[in-house]
Amino acid sequence: MAQATPKIRVRNLYKSFGSNHVLQGLDLDVGVGESVVVIGGSGSGKSVLLKCILGLIEPDAGSIEIDGKETVGLTGRERDEVMAKFGMLFQGAALFDSLPVWENVAFGLIQAKGTDRKAAKAIAIEKLAAVGLGPEVATVWPAELSGGMKKRVSLARSIATNPEIIFFDEPTTGLDPIMGDVINDLIVDCVRDLGATALSITHDMASARKIAHRIAMLWQGKIIWAGPVSDIDHSGNDFVDQFINGRADGPIKMQVGA
Amino acid sequence: MPLLAPIGRVLLGFVAATGRLSIFTILAASHCVRPPLFPRLILRQMVEIGYYSLPVVGLTAIFTGMVLALQSYTGFSRFNAESAIATVVVLSVTRELGPVLAGLMVAGRIGAAMAAEIGTMRVTEQIDALSTLSTNPFKYLIAPRLIAGLTMLPLLVVVADIIGVFGGFLIGVYRLDFNAANYLRLTWEFLKTIDVVSGLVKAAVFGFLIALMGCYHGFHSRGGAQGVGAATTNAVVSSSILILAFNYAITAMFFGE
Repeated sequence: MAQATPKIRVRNLYKSFGSNHVLQGLDLDVGVGESVVVIGGSGSGKSVLLKCILGLIEPDAGSIEIDGKETVGLTGRERDEVMAKFGMLFQGAALFDSLPVWENVAFGLIQAKGTDRKAAKAIAIEKLAAVGLGPEVATVWPAELSGGMKKRVSLARSIATNPEIIFFDEPTTGLDPIMGDVINDLIVDCVRDLGATALSITHDMASARKIAHRIAMLWQGKIIWAGPVSDIDHSGNDFVDQFINGRADGPIKMQVGA
Repeated sequence: MPLLAPIGRVLLGFVAATGRLSIFTILAASHCVRPPLFPRLILRQMVEIGYYSLPVVGLTAIFTGMVLALQSYTGFSRFNAESAIATVVVLSVTRELGPVLAGLMVAGRIGAAMAAEIGTMRVTEQIDALSTLSTNPFKYLIAPRLIAGLTMLPLLVVVADIIGVFGGFLIGVYRLDFNAANYLRLTWEFLKTIDVVSGLVKAAVFGFLIALMGCYHGFHSRGGAQGVGAATTNAVVSSSILILAFNYAITAMFFGE
């Protein structure tokens, strides 16, 4: 997809932790309104990529542009302005234990946008409804929720401020297949309704096929293949074929045992 | 060379940790004085540190005062110096034992809780979630705890001083047969403002250190439940050692001459 100014443009991104070179010159574009899913094995650097874009980890080298503006090294108010464009669904939901569900959902509205608590609560209940949860859930505590409900609440939190960009970190991990599909449908609906740009990371191919316009494969710190979701089954790339078919044999060798 | 390498590694590790702690302290302190602050969160932490620590600090203080009076009596009675007991109790409690014991008890109760709470938030990505919601974790999590620690420990020590002296009074009057009015007169006679003020300064410093260590170790915890456990232990041990070290430094500053 050729875009003059991609929503997210990553160029030559490097990140190492000691001798572990996680990202090694990664390039990635995500167009406006596009949903891109990055696939790759455990420990391949998918989460590090997301955290670098979000500014939670400082890359060693490279460029990350959001709407054409360089974001590497931004701090303070400038960083806050960029972060206001983002929503994020964390792998483990990352709900705040000390706040009831509605305050979790309304957190960004109250803290970052200064919305008064009454109005924020009304919006939170509206967003909970958008992810299929009733108003009775608003006042319970995160510890009382099942895994699927936590993911839904986290999804409601990620869309509460109507972000321009939403990140999904392993959205279906730890859920049964039916609940996983429910979450996938909600992600597709929410992204479409908001007109948002989405970047997801997963190794669940069913999820990737459902929520992606484009899929990119991360291997040894680089994107080794990227293309429309319809091309994934005939990518002509042995690494991609092995990964999407879940075969032990192939160019990707897993470290087993000591 | 094989001998020098491990020493160098330890030294480099120590320098790196000192640098990390210094940067953390400066950042945290700067967020304590720069708006916006979170009054609701500060108040919640004040209640947690100040109000809920009252029983443990009060019990520690009263038994300490009672023991001080008893021990002083066994020593001073040999020299017919029983009249010094009230003075020894009040000076020991206000200058040293009130702030130090309150600090150590609060370090065990609050420092551990802070490290565990913030550490759990770190390993469950709640701190990352704060950042993605345009909320600075230093402002939201660290600053309220530091402000509450700094302000609440002096108040706790005022209470500890009163209860500690009262413990000595109970033993003095009901066990050692002092005249109550005479005991109180001896307590007041030798007590100076500097005795109380030095204790309160110590308390403020200890409160800041307890909150700082709890937040620092929690904020940098890694690796799940084991990491949070280690952070909790490190918070209590480091704040306890710092309390004792700073106690000496502040004592030398006030009473060194």
